[in-house]
Amino acid sequence: MAGKAKKARAGLWWAIIALAVVTVYLIALLSAEKQPVVMSLIALGIVSALAAGWFGVLQNVARDFSEHEDRTGLFAIVAALMIAAWFHEDHFVLLLIITVLLTTVATLGLNIQFGYAGVLNFAGASFFGIGAYTSAVLNTTAMPHLLVLLLGGLLAATIGSVLLLPVLRTRGHYAALITIAFALLFKTFLEVNDVLGGPQGMQVKGMNLFGWSFNDNIEIGGITLSFYMSYYVLSLALLIAAFVLVRRLERSWIGLNLDALRLDEIAAGCFGLDITRWKITAFLIGNFLIGLAGALFGMVGGFVAPNNYTFADSLILVSILLLGGIGNPWGLIVATLIVVVVPEKLQTIQEYRFLLYALMVIGVLLFRPEGLLPRPVRRYFPGWRP
Amino acid sequence: MTALLEARGVVRRFGGVVALDGLDLVVQPNEIVGLIGPNGSGKTTFFNIVTGIYGANAGSITFDRADITNAPSRAVYRAGITRTFQRSRLSLPLSIFDNIMIGNHTRLDQGLWFNLMRRDAFRKQFEDSYTAARALIDVFEPELSDRMFEPVANLPMIDRRRIEICRALISEPKLLLLDEPSAGMTHDETAELMDDIMLVRERNKNLTIIIVEHEMGVIERITDRCIVLNFGRKIAEGPYRTVAADPQVQEAYLGTA
Repeated sequence: MAGKAKKARAGLWWAIIALAVVTVYLIALLSAEKQPVVMSLIALGIVSALAAGWFGVLQNVARDFSEHEDRTGLFAIVAALMIAAWFHEDHFVLLLIITVLLTTVATLGLNIQFGYAGVLNFAGASFFGIGAYTSAVLNTTAMPHLLVLLLGGLLAATIGSVLLLPVLRTRGHYAALITIAFALLFKTFLEVNDVLGGPQGMQVKGMNLFGWSFNDNIEIGGITLSFYMSYYVLSLALLIAAFVLVRRLERSWIGLNLDALRLDEIAAGCFGLDITRWKITAFLIGNFLIGLAGALFGMVGGFVAPNNYTFADSLILVSILLLGGIGNPWGLIVATLIVVVVPEKLQTIQEYRFLLYALMVIGVLLFRPEGLLPRPVRRYFPGWRP
Repeated sequence: MTALLEARGVVRRFGGVVALDGLDLVVQPNEIVGLIGPNGSGKTTFFNIVTGIYGANAGSITFDRADITNAPSRAVYRAGITRTFQRSRLSLPLSIFDNIMIGNHTRLDQGLWFNLMRRDAFRKQFEDSYTAARALIDVFEPELSDRMFEPVANLPMIDRRRIEICRALISEPKLLLLDEPSAGMTHDETAELMDDIMLVRERNKNLTIIIVEHEMGVIERITDRCIVLNFGRKIAEGPYRTVAADPQVQEAYLGTA
C-alpha cells in the first residue's frame, strides 16, 4: 500500500516538472522580441520535445496527466495564472494567450463533433463568428453581458441546427461539403448585410460585469494590471468549464455512444443506439461551445468583421484538431499554443503561416497520424482500479 | 406453444438477384436452430432483415408476438434480439469493457444530466456494469478479465470473437443470432467457443439461438434442429442427421451427379 502511494506521488513529479518547464519556456518565448532569439527558442522547443519523446519522458508525463488528472489540472491552472502574473502589464501577450484559451474552447467544441461523433465541421469559424456578432448586437442593449455570452452559444447551436437535416442525411465527405457551403454562405451573408455592418463589420462594446467594466486597467496597491487581465481570468474559467464538460462527456456512456456510432454506425444501431439523437446532441453541444468562445472573443477584440470568420479560419481550427490529437483535450491545448503563438512571434513567417499550417498537418498525418498527443483508451475514472 | 420468431413469405431482392424468395421460418422458444445452406443462399441476408439492417420487399416477421417487419435496428434490439457479425464488427480502438458496454445500451442510463452531473450515481452504475461484464467474460476467457481496459485492436481473432459474443449476451437477449462464429478460427478454437456459449445458456435457459455455420461438426453437436436454405428458399427442415441425408440438401451442396 505504502509502495503504491509512493509510486503515485513519484509519478506526479513528472507532470509537475513538465508543467514547470513548459511554463518557463512559454514565458521566455513570449517575452522574446529579437527574431534570432525567437527562432532559437522555437528550435530548442522542437529539439527538446523530440528528445523527451525519444527518451520516454513524454510517456511518463502523459501517464501522470491521465492518472491524476484532477491534480495535474489544478497545477496547469496555477501555471496559466503564473504566466498571466508575469505579463500583467503586457496587453499584447495577454491578448495572445486569451486567443489561445478561447481558440482551445472552440476546438474542444469541434472535438466533440469530429473527435467523438465523427461529424466533420468545416464551418467552425462561422459558428465562432455567430457568437461574436451576437455580442456586437446585444452588447448595445441593457442585457447582462454574461447572458449575452450564453446567448452567443445558444444562437450558434440554433443556427447550426439548420445544418442538421443535410448533415444527418449524408455521410463523411458529403456532410463535410455541406458545412463548407455554410461557411461560404455565412461570410457572404455578413458582407451583404448592412444591419450587421457589411464588410466593414461592427464595434463590440466591452464586457461589463455588475458595473465593473472589463475595458479599464486595474490598479491594486500601486500595481497596474492590464485591462486584458479580467478577460484572461474569464477566458481561463471558460476553458476550464469546457474542458471539464468535454472530459465528463467522454468518460460517460454518452462518450461511449459517440465513439460507437463514429466507428460503426450499423453495429451501433444493432445494439440499440439512437444514431440521430447522439449526432444531434454532439453537433449542438459542439456549436454551443464554439459560439460561447466566439461571443467572449468578440468582446475581447472589440470589433467584428466578416473577414475574421472565413473558411480559412475554419481550416485552422480543424488543423489544430488534427495536430493536437483528435479526442485528446490536453493535445488540443498544446496544438493551439503552437498554431496561435508561433506565427505571432515568428514575424518572418507571418505571411507564410498558411504554408506552415499545411506543412504541419501533412507532417502529422504522415508521421504521427494520431496527432502530437494521441488519445488514450477511455478510463471512466482516472486511476480507478477494480 | 407460440413461436418466438416467425417469418412468413419474406422476400428480398438486390437488383435482379433474389436473395430471399418467400422464406417461411419458425423458431420456438429455447431452441437452438442451425441455419445452413450453400454460399449465397440467403442466410446472412435473413439475419440482416431480422435486425433491421435491410428492409424486406415482402412478407412479415413477428418476434415474441410483436410485428418487427422492417423495424429499425434499435427497436429490434430493444425487443430482445442481438447478434454477432460474420466479419467481426468490434470497435477496435475501444477497450474490451467499452465494446461489451455497447451491447448493454438499454441498461445504462442515457440521460445527459445523469452522465455529466451525477457522477457519483454514474460511478455506481459503472462499477456494477464492470462487475457484470467481468463475470461474463470470465466464462469465456478468464485471462481477458484482467485486461478489460486494453484496446481490442491488440487481441487475436479468437478473443475478438469472444468479446463480440459477450457484447451480444450482456443484455441477456431472448434471441441470439450467431453469424458464422467459426469464421477465421481453427477447429479447436471453434469447439471451445461453442462450449462457452453452451455454458452461458446453461445459466440462462430462456436463450434461443439461431446459428449460421459452415462447420457441420458444430451444427451437429449443438443444434436441436436445422433449416436448410437454397436460393433464398427453405428446402429442408429437421434434426441434422435427417436433413444431411436428404437428397435435395445433398444436391444443393454438391450439385447433381
